[in-house]
Formats: sequence, C-alpha cells, structure tokens
Amino acid sequence: MAIIIVDNQSYNVDEKQNLLTACLGHGLNVPYFCWHPAMGSVGACRQCAVKQFKDDRDQSGRLVMSCMTPATNGTRISIDDPEAKAFRASVIEWLMVNHPHDCPVCDEGGECHLQDMTVMTGHVYRRSRFPKRTHRNQDLGPFIRHEMNRCIQCYRCVRYYRDYAGGRDLNVFGAHDALYFGREQDGTLENEFSGNLVEVCPTGVFTDKTFFHHYTRKWDLQSAQSICPHCSLGCNTTAGERYGTLRRITNRFNSQVNGYFLCDRGRFGYEYVNSDHRIKRPRVRSGSDRTQPGMPEGVPKTLEFAADRLRQARGIVGIGSPRASLEANVALRSLVGPQQFYQGIDEQEHQLLSTILNVLRTGPVPSASIHDAEQADAVLVLGPDLLNEAPRLALALLQSIRQQPMERVDELKIPHWDEAAVRNAVQNRRGPLFLAGSRRTWFHAYATDSYFAAPDDLARLGFAVAGTIGQGAPSVPDLSLEVKELAQRIAESLTHAQHPLIIAGTGSGSQATIEAAANVAWALHQQGKHPRLSFVLPEANSAGLALLGGRSLRDAFDSISQGKADTVIVLENDLYRRADQATVDAFLDKARTVMVIDSLEHRTAAHADILLPAATGPESDGTFVNNEGRAQRFYQVYLSQGEVIESWRWLKDLARAQSQQTDVGTGIAAWNSFDDAVSATATAAPELARVGEVAPSAGFRLVGQKLPRQSERYSGRTSLLSHLTMHEPPPPVDQDSPLAFTMEGYRGSMPSPLISQFWAPGWNSIQAVNTYQDEVGGPLRDEMPGVRLIEPVATKAPAWFTSIPRAFQPAARQWLLLSLSAVFGSDELSNRSPAIAERIVRPFLSVHPSDGARVGLDDHSTIDLAWHGTTYSLAVHFEPSTPVGTVGLLLVPEVSGVHVPAWIDLFEAIKSGRKRRAA
Amino acid sequence: MNIERPLTQHLRPDGSPRFLREYVATGGYRSLQRFGTELAPKDVQRLVGESGLRGRGGGGFPTGTKWSFVPMGPDAPKPKYIVANGDEMEPGTFKDRVLMEGDPHGLIEGMILAGYALDAEVGYIFLRGEYHLSAQRLNQAIAEAYAEGYLGKPLPGTTFRFDLHLHSSAGRYICGEETALINALEGKRAVPRAKPPFPQTVGLWGQPTIVQNVETLYNIPHIINHGVEWYHRLSLTKDGGTKIYGISGRVTNPGWWELPLGTTARELLERHGGGMADGVRFRGLLPGGISTSFVIEEHLDLPLDFSSFPPDVGRLGTGTMIILDDQTCPVGFVLNLEKFFARESCGWCTPCREGLPWVAKLLMAFEEGRATSDDLSLLEMHTKWLAPGHTFCGLAPGAMAPLQSALKYFREDFERHITIGGCPWSKKSAQQRVLV
Repeated sequence: MAIIIVDNQSYNVDEKQNLLTACLGHGLNVPYFCWHPAMGSVGACRQCAVKQFKDDRDQSGRLVMSCMTPATNGTRISIDDPEAKAFRASVIEWLMVNHPHDCPVCDEGGECHLQDMTVMTGHVYRRSRFPKRTHRNQDLGPFIRHEMNRCIQCYRCVRYYRDYAGGRDLNVFGAHDALYFGREQDGTLENEFSGNLVEVCPTGVFTDKTFFHHYTRKWDLQSAQSICPHCSLGCNTTAGERYGTLRRITNRFNSQVNGYFLCDRGRFGYEYVNSDHRIKRPRVRSGSDRTQPGMPEGVPKTLEFAADRLRQARGIVGIGSPRASLEANVALRSLVGPQQFYQGIDEQEHQLLSTILNVLRTGPVPSASIHDAEQADAVLVLGPDLLNEAPRLALALLQSIRQQPMERVDELKIPHWDEAAVRNAVQNRRGPLFLAGSRRTWFHAYATDSYFAAPDDLARLGFAVAGTIGQGAPSVPDLSLEVKELAQRIAESLTHAQHPLIIAGTGSGSQATIEAAANVAWALHQQGKHPRLSFVLPEANSAGLALLGGRSLRDAFDSISQGKADTVIVLENDLYRRADQATVDAFLDKARTVMVIDSLEHRTAAHADILLPAATGPESDGTFVNNEGRAQRFYQVYLSQGEVIESWRWLKDLARAQSQQTDVGTGIAAWNSFDDAVSATATAAPELARVGEVAPSAGFRLVGQKLPRQSERYSGRTSLLSHLTMHEPPPPVDQDSPLAFTMEGYRGSMPSPLISQFWAPGWNSIQAVNTYQDEVGGPLRDEMPGVRLIEPVATKAPAWFTSIPRAFQPAARQWLLLSLSAVFGSDELSNRSPAIAERIVRPFLSVHPSDGARVGLDDHSTIDLAWHGTTYSLAVHFEPSTPVGTVGLLLVPEVSGVHVPAWIDLFEAIKSGRKRRAA
Repeated sequence: MNIERPLTQHLRPDGSPRFLREYVATGGYRSLQRFGTELAPKDVQRLVGESGLRGRGGGGFPTGTKWSFVPMGPDAPKPKYIVANGDEMEPGTFKDRVLMEGDPHGLIEGMILAGYALDAEVGYIFLRGEYHLSAQRLNQAIAEAYAEGYLGKPLPGTTFRFDLHLHSSAGRYICGEETALINALEGKRAVPRAKPPFPQTVGLWGQPTIVQNVETLYNIPHIINHGVEWYHRLSLTKDGGTKIYGISGRVTNPGWWELPLGTTARELLERHGGGMADGVRFRGLLPGGISTSFVIEEHLDLPLDFSSFPPDVGRLGTGTMIILDDQTCPVGFVLNLEKFFARESCGWCTPCREGLPWVAKLLMAFEEGRATSDDLSLLEMHTKWLAPGHTFCGLAPGAMAPLQSALKYFREDFERHITIGGCPWSKKSAQQRVLV
C-alpha cells in the first residue's frame, strides 16, 4: 500500500496502480479517454492531466498525465489546481474543434463518455471558428454503425479491436488531424467481438445498429440483469426494454465471468425475443388428426383441456431443456415426477455431460472461470473450436498468452498498467497456447502449436501429454514421432507454468478427449501445479440440467414407443434439433397428446396438440448454471404481453388445473412465486442446494424499498397508455423478485444482480462501472458473481482414465462426419435475430483437398448430399486443416438435427443426393 | 597533430563520394585493427564518454551517458542494436547528407565501433526517404565493407561481428524522433513510444537499442584514433569536437562549415556567411532547424554549443540555422513552419494533433487579415499548453519554440496584421487595403 496526497487529502492506494486508477478508485473524478480499465494506459489523449508536486514546499508543480504516472508512496498531486483544470478543459476544446456537436441526433447521446467528460472539465464554449473536417462513413455490416465525424481519435477502437481482440480488418489510416478509424473498404467487421466497439468507443463513432432500428435513449430503458442464453459461458448482460420490445443488450461487468466484454452472438442475438415467430397465444388441437393445425384458445379452456388430457394420460413423459432455466426444468420435473423427467438431450451429449460432471466432482482440479482463463499461463485446448463454440473464452485466451511474457515486463520493472511500454517490451512474444482440434480459424495464428486431427487422435495427444507429465499416467505407445514431440513440448510448457489450463468440451462428441483432458489436469495437479479445467458445453444451462439429473431423450423415445407412456410435455425444446426427423416424427406420432411450452415456433411446436406460449429469458426470472458450474440469476426485464407467461408458471397452472384445486395442494401446485420455484430447485438435487444464495430473494428490500428497473429519468410514464386510458395505470407488481417495474425505489449501493443499469452522477456512459468498484477493474461493490456449485473435494486424483482410443484410420469409402460450429448459425435462439441471420453463411462441407480429389469434388462447388432421408445442399470447402478421412459439416439451421459424429459414405450420399435432386 | 576538420577534411570539393580504397588510404577502418586486447569494448565506451561527445541530432545528449544505460555483460539481452538516425527531415538541415554522400564509410566505421563498444551485433541506418544519392552510396559502401570483411564476419582478434542494413524511410518528420523511428523500422505506424522504458533497454523489437545521429557516429572513429585530449582541443567550449554548422536564408554566402564547437553565430554569419545579402537586414535566426527558438541581434555572441544558451533564449538544435530578414514577414515565416508541423504531427496526442492545425489556421487568419486580438491570446494559449510533458513527444513543444519567440520578439508585427487587416509585407493585401 502507498499513501498519496490529492488536493491535500491523504488516500491509501495500491502502489501497483497509476494515479488515474488510484483517483477513480476513491471516487475522485479525473476525466480520461484513451485509458480503459481492461486495456491500460497509453498516454494519447492527454485528458487526465493533474498537477504533480515534488514535495509539500513545491508550489508550482508540473502537469503530468495521471494514467502514465505511478501511484508511488508520497506522491502529491492536485486535481483541482487551476492550471490542471484549464489544461483539461483545453483538451476538450481541441477535441471539439472537429466534433460535430450532433448530440440530439446521435445514438450515443445521454450515455456518451465524451459528453460526460466535457461536462466534467467545464468546457462550454468552442473558440475555433474554422471549418470542421469531415469524413465518409463506412457500412460495417449488420451490427455496427459508423459515424467517423464524431471521432475524437482516442485510439481505443483499434487498440481494442487489434491488440485485445485479435481483429485485423479495422485500422487507423492517415496522420495528423486527418486520421481515419475504419476498414480499408466498406464491409462487415469480421471479428467475433466487434460489438464491444460500441462500448469501447467513448462517443458515437461505433454504435449498435440493431439498437438503431428501434432506438431508445438509455434513460427510457427498463433494464435488469440477464444471463446470455447463447452459449454455455454465462456472460452477464444488461437487457433493456421499451414499449414491450427488447431494445438491446449491453455488457454487464462481472469480475469472475465476462469482465468488460461480450461476443457478438451474445450482444446481437437478442432479437429472437421480438421475433414475428413468437408464439403469442395458446393453441389447442382437440381432434386426433395431426394434419389439422391447432386453433387459438383462451387460457382457461386450454388449461382445462390440458388438465383433462393429463388426467387421462397413461404415463407422462416430461422433456426438459438445457436452454430453459433450472426453475422451469424443476417445475416440469415436479409436475411429471423425477422418474418421468428426461433431460431433452441426446444420448451422446448425456453421456459426455455425465463424464464431465464426474471429472469435476471426483477430481482435485477445479473448473475455470473466464477470469481464471485470462490468468492462465499455459493453455491446452483439446477439441473445442472456441471461437465458434464459446467465443468469449477465446477472447480470454488471447489475454492469457500475455501472462508468460509479463515475466520480462516485471524484470524491466514496467508496471502492468503501462500498456504502451508493455507492448514495446513484449512485442510478439506469446505465452504457450496449444490448439488441438479439427478446424483452423484465425485464432490459430496466436497458437504456439496447432494440431489438426480426428477426435480420437486429439485424445491420444492428450493422453500422451498426461503420460509424459503424470507418474503412473497411462502412456500412448504407438505415436508418430511428430505427435510424440508435440506432446513433449506441450508437457514441458504446461509443467513450466503455475496456472495451466486444460480445455475440452462436448462439441466433438468425443468422450476420450474429455478423459484425456482430465488426465492432463490431474497429472499437473500431481506435480504440484495449480491447473484448472474448462469444459465447453452445448448450451446455456447444460450444466444445470446435468446437475438436476434425468435420463436422455432416447429413454423418453423408448418410453413412448414401448407404450409406457402416451403423453409428452416438451419444455422449451425443439426435438428436431436433437434427433433425426424420422425418429422424432415417430415419437410424436405415437404419443396421444403432445404438449409444448415454448416461445418460438419450430417443428416440434407445430406438432403440439396443446401449445403454450412461454416467456423468453428477458421476460422471466430464472437460474442458469454455466460451464464452470456457476449458478447465475437472470431477471424479468419486462412483463411479457398477452397470454405469454413464464414456463414455470404454465407448469404450475397445469399442476393446479390437473389437481382441480386453486390455491392449495403440495408440490408445484402450491407454488406462488418464483421464490417457491427456487426453493424447490434447491431441494431437487444435492448440488443445487445453494441455488437460493445466487441472488437476493423476492422479499429483499433496502431501506424498506424495492429496487427500480427504470431510471430516474424514465420519460412518458403518464402517457404510455394514453391512447387507451387517460389514467396512469398502476405499475405491475413483481412478486418474484426484489425489483419493481417503476422509477421509484431505493437508489444506492446494492447487490450486483439487482443493479438495473450502471449509472452514476456525472457518469452516464457504461464507464460508470468504475464508480461501482472499490478498485478499478476489480469486483463490483457487493458483487454477487454467482455461486459455484461444484468445487473439488478430493485432494488426490482418482484412478487415471485408461481407455486410450486407437489411432484414427481413414476408411476406404467411409468418412467420419464431424460437426463444425458456427458462431452465427449454430445457436437456436440467436439464429432468429435478423442481424445474426445476416451473418449466417450457407452450410458447407469441409473436406481435405486430397479427400476432395478422391471423391471427385471441386472446391467451391455445390453438392446435394442425401443423409438419413434428407437432402442437403452444401457448398464444398477444400480445407487443409480438415483431417484426412473426416469431413466437417457446418451446423447452421439448414442442417440442424444431423447427428454427428457419424460415418458417411460420401460416394453414395452424393450420388443419391444428385438423383433425388434430379427427381 | 593538426586536424581541424576531422569530419570533412577529406570530402571532395565536387561532392563526389570517397569509397573504400580512398577511405582506407586516409586512415579509415584503422580503429578496427586495434580491436581485441589493445582496444577492448570498454575502452571504446570510456573514450567516447570522456570525449564529451554530445548528440548532434539537436538534443545534445551526452553520448557516453546514453551508452551507459545499455545493459552489458553475459546476462544482457541479445541481440542489441545500433541504429543510425539519418532521417534528417528538420527543415534547413542538411549536414548528415553532406557526410553520407561524400564519405559513406565513415558512418559504417562509426557504427561498427558503437556496436563493438556495446556488444550490439546488428545495425540499421534509417535514412530519409528522399536521400536517394545517400542510399545509393551507402549501399555501395556497405557492400564494400561486407566484401572486405568489416561487416558480416568476426573482426580479427575478436568474436565480434557486425551486420548492417540500410532502411529508406517511407517519410514523415516524426521518424526523426528516435522511438517513432523504431516503430517505423518495425513496420508500425511512426508514432513515438512512451518513455520510460528508453530504447537503451527496450528498443527495436523490444531489445536494447542505441539510436544515434549520423554526425555523432562520424565523430567516433576520430575520437578512437586521435584520443580524448585532441578531441577536447578541437572545441572552443567544454563540449568536445567540431560541429557542422550551416546557414540558409538571405546571406551573401549560404552553405555549411565544419567549425570548432562553440563558434558564435556572429562569426558564422559575418565571417563564413559573408554577412546579410545586399538590401536586407538581419532580424533574427533559428539556430538549428525550425524547432528552435528565434535568437536576435543581442544573442549573436553566444557560443553555438549545447550548454551556453540560457533556457529563456532557447537551444542550439542541429546548428544549421535559418535567417529571418526584414523583407520577410515573420508571421508568414512562422505560418510556413506551423503548417509543416501541423502536417507532420503523427496524430497520436490531442494537443499536437488538434492544436497545431488550429495554430496554423490562426496564423493564416493573420496573413489574410481576418485575425482579432483574441487570436493572439489563442496563439499564446497554445505556446503555453503545448509544452514538454503536456504532449506525448517533443514535436509540438518544438513547434511552439519559433512561435513563442516570434510572439516575444516580433509582437508588433502580429499586431500590425490585425490593425491594418492584412500582411504588411504582402503586395496583394496592400492593394486590398487601397480598395477598402
């Protein structure tokens, strides 16, 4: 600790900081632009100037940039010094020489860091009377709008995009006062994390294009915490609504999870909520003719009809969902009974998840948060294509490769915040990152070594690494010299690290890679290291569902086909994405009654005899468990309209209707509020016991008050419904959470999940996050970052996994069909958002050029592929990273439901595809 | 020993180059033969330190001190680099070009000596893009030095070998700033780097690097060959050696001269420059490039060296001066400079990027008769704010040096532009005044 003196007051600060963060951490307002908490200091904008004095006798002092000056003990500065204030106001005046002052029509207006800093410095009158420079703006694709004239040249965008996120297609061009921040030419920003530019840009150069299409000022948004539903990482978001539509998603800082950044799927995938394909009313098909469509029906009649069918049922199958909340799944499980509850995932996924849980439960190695991943000093990825399956984790690894070179930075006594100096010292040095997978992406440019092979060979590499490190770990005898040497290099790097990270996942469908990853981590643990494991899972609540338990979809299918049950309730699940069409058709046809509770139309919903319109995530409360086993709460941002209600409420209403009681009963029928659902969840499985601790319960109050979702400046409340009534209706009552659908309530420090939006006096932009932290970049004050439900109890590793697969052998006529994930295209919900849909590419088959030649394919050609009764039109991509003997199929909507990995006879599939097309 | 002009004595009057044979014939590369026990790296370091050699690029930083920051010994990072700063884009400055065009091997020998002293095995010459002739001659000299074994092979009696590359700049004034130069050499934008760390520890590609002006490097072989005492005797002041001074502007005999360091401006102007040209009178001069302050009549007897200028007068800079005469508008003169600085700002920090174009536009307003007295205070505001430490590098403070001193010495000329609504020196604005 150090003591610094600011305007004659002493402050305790961490001397590892710079003066800017030291001041901000104590709530002292120093304006800045180019510094960013995640990207450090470069000293470009000169906005954060303060006066520094040599000692208490020094009266004149000198201006220093607080972001570039260490907070050493005894430092004496003044923020209020007249000269410092005047200089800071001058910096704004310089920036305003060319800024267009178009705040009223700028999407950033009202949450603009430039506005805030302008007010903070006191600059009001621009004296430059000369013409302003103007720029041509670029079309940057469906996510981002570009308005270069607003640019104040802080360089944050290029520093973020290129240095932090690894992007290449955004740069700074030109020089002096004619700088241009954009692409070489118009075109979609390619980087998967481009959306963060919206928050990184301190003014309105880069703004959210999806938000623009239904724009609302920040102060008019009703907002609450959400958890991103588009992959398994559980990034925290703030969802904002106005007039019944979800307007946007912004990043929500969580020090343990996503920090300051999201991926583009998470930021721009939200519009499924506003989709025209939403199920808005209950539908009932009373006859048994499934060719007839269901007819809209009122809620009471629907419930009556459904309860009737449930009472008549000879066995009910309840199919849960990894994209539904824990509470909704528990509600279904309570309704049908644990024995009749099925996880709604296929057998293979079920098996892989149970292996992963087993590894985390019985092993000594903890799972890694995204924050842990950033801190890792050596990383081995065994299988997953992170950029497409868990993008935010890839972004974390781009930071992890900076860990090891920091040793040199420390030797040179360069403080870590001094990004300019750190970059000069580190140059192109990168810490160890080994990527073993089946597909090359741009991310591989950052890898120490890349290895492309079939899943079995990836597992063998992993086993070989473990065998090299661990005493007694099984080794792989018949490896090629090349792989043996690679395993050796990986083993050396991992054992030289203090916090190595091993990543595997379910995406490749390979049990062996998961077991190999466990062996590597356990071997490192045995060697006294502090390794962590990270498993990339398929969906937002895959881990939660796995913890809850329940059998796989195949068992559900069997239950119906064997006549053990005749009624099916499907919760937020499109079964056609999980099994091939014929199987699902047979299953649904055989069932006497099919009930579906979901929010979007899909093929399973089309089969429903009773279809119940479910609220989406932002319209409901719930808990997701992310891939590390962290349970996190999301809140209802706004009430869904009409007859749309939360899934768990439908299930509760069904239970009551079935029991023909109104307000009494046991189990789910007795639930009244979301808290009851949480309590039931906490008792549903031992590891879910702490789910109630994730966030405050509905009864939580601060100073006797609820916490408002609306800002103090929320406008037009009295006239929102003026076309219907002259009276201002009372705000809806929220029984389910401590939040209120109002402007009124407690404002002040609160548990982090209850913060509606980050906002503080003088800090209207997302930069207000600083004011919620005691230490800039550190945890939020009163942060509840979620509860990790699985922590290791074992101190020693259990027995090694020993099932080492045999080396992959390409077959004569058969190819191993592998799945390729697409960041835009493979997630069910985000696919329904127009901006994401624009980015989905047509499905393709990735083939090694030698295999392509063998089958007689041409690169970039189109083929028809017949497979399990369906014909797919696919582009052919010759790709040298595709392992010989395998082909990769891009999982975009057109090919959803294809079960992989599986063997395919390409000659036959193409021939019959051609025939079918001709017919 | 009676060598008065070590750097230029052998230059051919017609400007044609001396290549290897001639260079060796006049003692060139002799220092290399003493490498080993007679002349250890430490000796080179010591001699350069004791010589009092100061950087000739304009900063005047003691070379020996600069070298002392380079990590030495077996644990020091490898490789280390010697970079010759031949960017010479300072307006009015052409001294390095004279040396490189006329005697390219002198630079190579200087760099080998610096490399030997600091155990730096690779050198780069960063050359101003427009210096085609220098590039051609340096390339030929480098090829000769490789062929002769001065480069690319261990030097006799040592394990030290030195490799040398020539890089022609893609342009921009800021490349003369050593860290921007390093960025440019790495293929990055020519933007200065944050200091600390200094290039001596974290330089080219993150390695210890010495960036040295061309003229400075030319001094080193002579210091090694003739000794410290001789070097001190060359100079009239406590900083050792000679200096290549130059004059551009309306004097009788503009040009360059190698003279003892500490020669006065008056001697230079009157004895060597032949005094002001007919019909014009002296008003002031910029002593070394355009990023130095004006000095006027009363300062002409100051020795032109790195320690004699009082801070409120300014600094020597490169020693190649530009004369302002009474037939030239000082406002227009400064406008011309500020337009250059505004254009050459790299665009990294706000005060320089936005302030300099504003200053240039204000000065344009003076020239065009649109200035007000508020504009004078805006100019003064910029001279105050664009100070060292306030901006990221020295470009903007350098740009303010001629403006601030012009406002000090020629203020009535600025004011006259306002009162008469145009430039008193401009025929065009005189006509406009008549029309009004």
